[in-house]
Parts: sequence; structure tokens; C-alpha cells
Amino acid sequence: MYVLRRLPSLLATLFAVSLLTFLMTSLLPGDPALQILGAENATPEAIAAVRADLGLDDPLPVRYLHWIGDALTGDFGRSYRTNEPVSEAIIDRLPVTAEIGILAIIIALLVAIPVGMLSAYRAGTRTDKLISSTSFGLLAVPNFMVAIFLILIFAVWLGVLPATGWVNFTDNPVQNLRSALLPALSLAIAEMAVYTRLLRTDMIGTLQQDFVTMARVKGVSNRRILFRHALRPSSFSLMTVAGVQVGAIIGGSVVIETLFALPGVGRLLLEAVLVRDLLMVQGVALVIAVSYVVVNFTVDILYSYLDPRISHGRSAARV
Amino acid sequence: MSTPVPNLGAPHPGATSELAVSDGLIAETTEVAAAPGKKKKRGYGLTFWMATVWLVVVLICAVFANLLPVRDPLTPDVINKLALPGEAGLLGTDGLGRDTLARLVHGARVSVTISVTAVAIGMVVGGFLGIISGFFRGKTETILMTIINIILAFPALVLLLVLLAFVGRSLVVISLIVGFLSIPIYTRVARATTLAVAEREFVRASRTMGAKNSRVLAREILPNVVLPVAAFGLVAMGVVIVLEGTLAFLGLSVQQPAPTWGGMIFDGKRYLNEAPHVVLIPSIAMFLTVLSLNLVGDALRTRFDVRGSNL
Amino acid sequence: MTTARPLDGRGNEPLLEVDDLRTYFDTPRGVVKAVDGVSLRVDRGKTLGIVGESGSGKTVLSRSIMNLLPKNNTIREGSVRFEGRELTTMKNKEMRTIWGAEMAMILQDPMTSLNPVTKIGDQITESLGIHLGEKGKVAKAHAVDLLKSVGIPAAERRLGEYPHQLSGGMRQRVTIAIALACGPKLLVADEPTTALDVTVQRQILDLLETQQHERNMGLIIITHDLGVVAGRADEIAVMYAGRIVERAPTRELFARTRMPYTEGLLKSIPRLHQPSHTRLAAIPGRPPDLVDPGPGCPFAPRCNYAQDKCLTETPVLAPHAAGHEAACHFPVGTTAGQDALARNLAAGRTAAGTPLDSSTAIATAGAA
Repeated sequence: MYVLRRLPSLLATLFAVSLLTFLMTSLLPGDPALQILGAENATPEAIAAVRADLGLDDPLPVRYLHWIGDALTGDFGRSYRTNEPVSEAIIDRLPVTAEIGILAIIIALLVAIPVGMLSAYRAGTRTDKLISSTSFGLLAVPNFMVAIFLILIFAVWLGVLPATGWVNFTDNPVQNLRSALLPALSLAIAEMAVYTRLLRTDMIGTLQQDFVTMARVKGVSNRRILFRHALRPSSFSLMTVAGVQVGAIIGGSVVIETLFALPGVGRLLLEAVLVRDLLMVQGVALVIAVSYVVVNFTVDILYSYLDPRISHGRSAARV
Repeated sequence: MSTPVPNLGAPHPGATSELAVSDGLIAETTEVAAAPGKKKKRGYGLTFWMATVWLVVVLICAVFANLLPVRDPLTPDVINKLALPGEAGLLGTDGLGRDTLARLVHGARVSVTISVTAVAIGMVVGGFLGIISGFFRGKTETILMTIINIILAFPALVLLLVLLAFVGRSLVVISLIVGFLSIPIYTRVARATTLAVAEREFVRASRTMGAKNSRVLAREILPNVVLPVAAFGLVAMGVVIVLEGTLAFLGLSVQQPAPTWGGMIFDGKRYLNEAPHVVLIPSIAMFLTVLSLNLVGDALRTRFDVRGSNL
Repeated sequence: MTTARPLDGRGNEPLLEVDDLRTYFDTPRGVVKAVDGVSLRVDRGKTLGIVGESGSGKTVLSRSIMNLLPKNNTIREGSVRFEGRELTTMKNKEMRTIWGAEMAMILQDPMTSLNPVTKIGDQITESLGIHLGEKGKVAKAHAVDLLKSVGIPAAERRLGEYPHQLSGGMRQRVTIAIALACGPKLLVADEPTTALDVTVQRQILDLLETQQHERNMGLIIITHDLGVVAGRADEIAVMYAGRIVERAPTRELFARTRMPYTEGLLKSIPRLHQPSHTRLAAIPGRPPDLVDPGPGCPFAPRCNYAQDKCLTETPVLAPHAAGHEAACHFPVGTTAGQDALARNLAAGRTAAGTPLDSSTAIATAGAA
């Protein structure tokens, strides 16, 4: 099976990613013990004690094995600052980030697919030019700018959506959606532009294919040609890029969660970074990188279902 | 930030080749001619030149910020705070009454320094690695691309945050880190371009005739890879400007009160209700700069025909 | 352009009648006259071969007949009547009831003319659903029958496969099955064998022929290769620079070629009965630019017979025998033609300034 064949490369990547996370946070200047104790308490003896406690004096490979071994059992250590277990902090905040991220991708796709198709269908017309230049322009708008203007319009002027704060889904689903909408929209705008442009280009290429002519000659309606014949073959690079763009969404969530005061992983990372909370930074970075790798792996698998040539082609080659 | 190039491979209907016209066009209004059709103009068009002019203006501001006839960007003037454009100073003042125009001009310096340094580092190091791996292929390429794919497994902003947390945040450090982080993507672009160039007839011919690798690299590959990579660099500069803005927004860019565009937007956010122009003006400046970089970079990229397929 | 219609069509309505069809494209380079005044006719059960080099406008002609070209940037004049119905003025919506049901088409490359991500079964049953309202098991059984009729073994299993799992010849059989699904009255085959192996070409052409006879279907085969239509077409039309330059019943065309271009095409077919070292005569030069062709015969620059008249006056189709027309001032096999060739040979060059390679010219003259 295709999934099984790709598994070794996934595991290798995950290993490499964990190693990089560890090295990055371990080799950089600054003594974590000093951080923990604070300048006033940092007597040499105290520092030595903390270092021993954290195992910081062990050789690097040993430290990595300890760390990754614990991480695999879900133990990322405790925050220097709050003494909260890192894993609990992440589990608490992950749903928020996941919700706005997924919502953002859904919004972006819901807009980009029809708009990109329309643009390709009407390639060269005024409609297409308007769509193309708008999406080109949107590429130049940073997400925090989008967020500020969305707040200005929907929270300050219209007062229909909250500017900050978060309501859990389990507490109140409607309020939850209201609090997630502006952050998700802020992340979605740039994605929309990227997806639209990509789909337009690919779709124009697909519409020039012989099989589209063939479908027309069968008497298939334009709508059916667009959705049933052309969309799927045009969506391969869209899927791949959507997977890659999850990275942009995760990065964007740091900004957006901070701006909207949402209790998500992005803000957790930022706060940990600001106070140099080593174990928290390590844990959050690892979780983010692993999620990103897994998302792209999943996209790769989905891709093979979408394009029968991949899974069939390779299995045929093996037989 | 990828900006797909319009389908230039699309044949033009009515070109003498018959196949060109046999395209499966779908509707009465569908017109393939228009997408590539604009190619008939050899020039770049008005928008391209407007964008170039804007970029030159920003560059001049950045280089000669101290010499330009603007007020001091740090002097507060509380009486004239949140002044509208024209009331006090050409572009008004911020929440502390500091002159917006002066802060924009000095802020350009931060944006330009960071983006130029970062892009230069990324382009030189990444370009070098990319050409090497694309030209020599084999193990070098495999190892290099594996490492690069692993680095790219981290969302850029996350890596940046983690590094900044432990290294500090002066202008130099930020430029270096952003430059370092952009190496992988340049490596990919340079490698893809090198792969494409190395397949072209003149390079093959040169190699067949027994030219040394170093000669082929210097005389055939390099000149053909530099321009596309530079064009990509322009688009990447826009990404870096946004990244710096994001850092400023998170309070992680160069220390206050030094003006940066991102910082100005962040400060102005507090007065969003009473004085939206305080946010609007630096936003427009940043938007126009990034848009211009995208426009110019895209136009050049289209001309140099960088193929995305090998990325 | 004058058209002498064949007389045998009296009484029954022709299946397809194209009259003075022009198809121009408005491009930045100028107006491309891809089809410039073409008239032809196809009857039920008959095969018309349209032969020409790439760039002669034959593919555009087929799309124009099928009404497949985009409406903007395209200038289309003349008429295309299918069973008496005028197609040129039909909207896509009306065309959809004809496409697939009454007119069908197969394209050159079976790999690209099948949707790579859709199962073969779904691609066949699609038009069954649209035109015949067949669904589910009925449609599936029909699809199996169709695949069997085009000679595909293990038809049931093939329904669930994707195009990339089939060989080129099998794929073209599938596209034929799709085209034939709803029993069209006219099939347009655009270079149906060009992308296939030589061994498979013949099978596909035989298949088209049997299907045509079984269904009493009109067939247009478009090709660059006279050999493809030689033994199969009832009538052959030779296209050059967007026009028909010679048209005749197949036997007549081969027996009494009139147009030097047709002669050139015939010479370029390898023949088994020739000695093995016989040089194949290539037609020198390239097809003309269709933008602003200027006066005179478009073939003149490449023609061994070219005279001054050919450079200034465009020849029109003129009758030579029953159903045989050619557009040439100095037709091959006539005294005028022989004199013209002799004059050019003596001068060592044609009136268009093309040097005359005596060896090819003699071979040509000898054959004529």
C-alpha cells in the first residue's frame, strides 16, 4: 500500500525534525539554569544544582535520548516559569489553534475554488483581470494588517463580532464560532489569494486539454465539465501548496492569536520565547514541526487517492 | 509567497501551428489569447515602472534618511498628537505627536537594511549551494536537499522566533537570522534553475566539447542562474519586509523607540477608533512596497522564465 | 469561391453539407485565415478523407464543423448544415443535444483525450446518461457491449480501470467506444492513428471501417498521411493553406492527380513495389503563413510547375471530371502542366524563384 511505502520516509523526517529542534534549543547561547534562577539567586552552587537536576551536564546525545524518550511518552518537562507541565499547556491550547487554522483553510478554499474556476473559465475577460489583480494585491497584505482592518470594520465600526477573547466550543458553540471568525478570516485572506492564483493557472491548462474537448463533444454541460472533468485534474498542485501553506498558517497564528488574545499554541510559543522558557519552547516547536510534517504526509497520501496515476503507477511498477 | 506565472506555455490560437487552435476551449467567452496574449508588448507596462519608481523612492529614503528634510522621528509633540495629514506635518502625527513622515522615512531604513542583508545572504549562500547541487547532482545533492527539506519542515516564523529568543534582536542579528533562514528556499530555486539550464543545448554542447566543470559553471551556468534567482530575490524581499513587520508587531524587532513600519502599525492599533490614519499610513507604505516588489519580481521572473516544476 | 456540387446527392438530404466555410482568428500578429472558403459534403455511410500537412487548417476545419471553436476572436462565415440544420448559428446549449448524440469526434492522442483521473466506465456511461437517460446497471451493460464491439477483451474489468492502465491502441478503442456510444450519424476522426504504433494503426482504421458500415454512419477522417485514407475513403479532399485544392473520388484522385501539391503528397508515400533505394520525394519548403497570404497560389513557392500567373492569380476549384475538382492553373497530367514543368526545368528554376533540383523534377515528371 502507498501509505506503508511512504512510512519510512515519514519516520526519518520526524526523527530529523526532533533532532533539529533539540540541537537548536540546546546549542544556542544562554544558560537555562541562569534563566530559571534569575540573576539574583544565581549563586554558582545553585546553578550547579539546577544543571544537575535538569541533566544539562550530560553529553548531548544522552540529553537528546532522555528528551526524546520522555517526549515520546508525552512528557516534555515543566515550564520554568509556571511549573505547568509543557504537555498539558500544549494540549490545552492546541484545539484553539487547530480550530482557527482549519476554519481559515476551509474559508480560503470555499472562496478560492469557485473564484479561481470562474477566473480560468473567463480567462482574459474583465472578470478574470479583476480577480487576478485583486488576488495579486492581496498577496502583498500581511495578515496582521488584515486583522487590524477586520477588527476596525467588524468590531469597532459595525460591532457585530468581538475584537478579542475566546469562548470554548463546549461552553457556547455560537459564541465560539463568533470568536473564531475574525482570526480565521485574517489567516484566510492571503491563503485565498495563493489558492485562487494557483487554481486559475492549473485550470486554464486543464481546460486546454484534449479530454475537455472530448467531454464537450460528448455533449457535457459546461458546469459539469468544470466541476466533474476539470476540477480534479487541476487541483493537484493546489493540494500540495495547501499543505505547504499550513506552515504559513501556523506562523500566522502566532501573530493572530496575540492580536486577538486567543489562548492558542502560537501565543504560547511567543510567550515562552519572550521569557526564554527553554523546555516550553522545545516542546511547542517540536509539536508544531511534527504536526506540519504529518499534515504534509497526509496531503501526500490524499494526493495519491486523487490522482490514480500515482498509486497505480507505482504499484504496477513493483509487480 | 509564490505567485504563479500565467500559463505562458499555452499556445496562442491562430499561431500557425494547427494544434494551437485545437485547444479545448469551453465557452463562448473563454479566450486563451488574452492570458499569454499580452506578450506581444515587449515592454513592461506602466504598473511595472510605477512600482520601480516607488521602490527607488523607498531606497532613497532608507539611504538618505538623515539628510532628507524631515523632522526628527523621535521628538514627541503631545499637543499635536494624532494629527491628521496636513494638520501637523505632511502625513500627520502618531499617538505621541511624532511626525509620521519622518518615522516612515527612518522606518524604511530598517525594512531596507533587513531585507537587503537577508536576501543577499540567502542569495549568495543558497544560490551557491543550489548551483552546486544542481550541477554536480549525486550524493552532494541528496544530502543537501535532505537537510534543506528538514529545515523547511519548520514553519519559518517558528524557527525565527526560537532563534531570536536565544540570540537577541539587534538589527544585525535579525538580518543575519532571516538571511540564514532563507538559505533553503534559495537553494531550491537555484537548484531548479540550474537543472533546467544544465539541460539546455548550449551547456550540453559545451560539456560535450570537453569544457572543464569550473568553466561551464562560470561561463554557462552562473550567468543564466543569477538573473532568475535575483528576480526571485525581489519577491523574497517582500516576504522579509512582511516578516520584519510581523516581528515588530510582536515586539521582537529592533528596540523601540527606533521607528519601523511594523512597529508604527502596532503602536497605531491603539488609536484605531479615533485616528485610523495612524495605522493606515504605514500600512499603505508597507503594502505598496511589498506589492511593488512582487510586481517587479514577477515581471522579471516571467521574462527569465524560471520554471517552478523542479522546485 | 465557386462550388460545383456533386450531382449524386439529388433527392436525399445530405448528412453534412459545408458551404464556403471561413474561419479566421484575430491575433496580435494579424488575422489568421485558418479556413478560407471550404465547401464539402458527406453522405450517410460514406467516408471523406481530408488530407493536408500540419498548418493546412484541417484541424481548425474539423473544429469549425463541430462548432467547437471559441466565439470571440474568431470570425466564422459560411454555413455548416447537418441534416439540413444550420450549425454555425447554434448556441452551445443547442449543440449539446447534437454533440455526442448525432455528431461525435475522436482526437489524435488517446492518452490526452481521456480524462486521466476518471475510470473508463464512467467516461463511457457519461454520454449514455446525458443523451439516452441510461443509468446504473443498464448503462454499465451498454458500456460493456460497446467495449466488446470495439474489440476490447475483458470488458467488464476494464470499466473500473484508468486510462493509464491501457495501451495506446486500447485507449484509442475506448475513445472510439465513447464516440460511438449514442449511435452518432457522423463521426469526425482527427488524425485517429497518428499517435499510435504502425501495427496498431491498421487495426484502428479497420475498426472504424467496420463500425461505419454497421451503423451506416458518415465518417470524416482527417490526416496528414494519404496512405491512411487511400483504400478507405470514398472521396478525398486535399487541403492547403486553409483551402481545398483538390477533391475527387479516391480512385480518380490517385489515377488522375491534377494538383501538384497532391502529386507531392503521393510521392512522399513509400511504396513496396518500388526498388528499395528509390528516393522519397519530399515537398520542398514549408507551409505558408496564414496571416495575410497575399495574391497568387499559396503553393506556388513550393511548386515545380509555378508560372508567373501563379504568383498573381489565385486559382479556384475547377472541374476536371465527374466529381473531380482541382485548383490549379497548370494541372498535372495536362498539356498546360507539362509545358509549364518543361519551361521551369529549362530555366532551372520556377517562376517563384525556387531552384529546380533536376533529379526530383525528373522523377516527378516521369511519374506524371
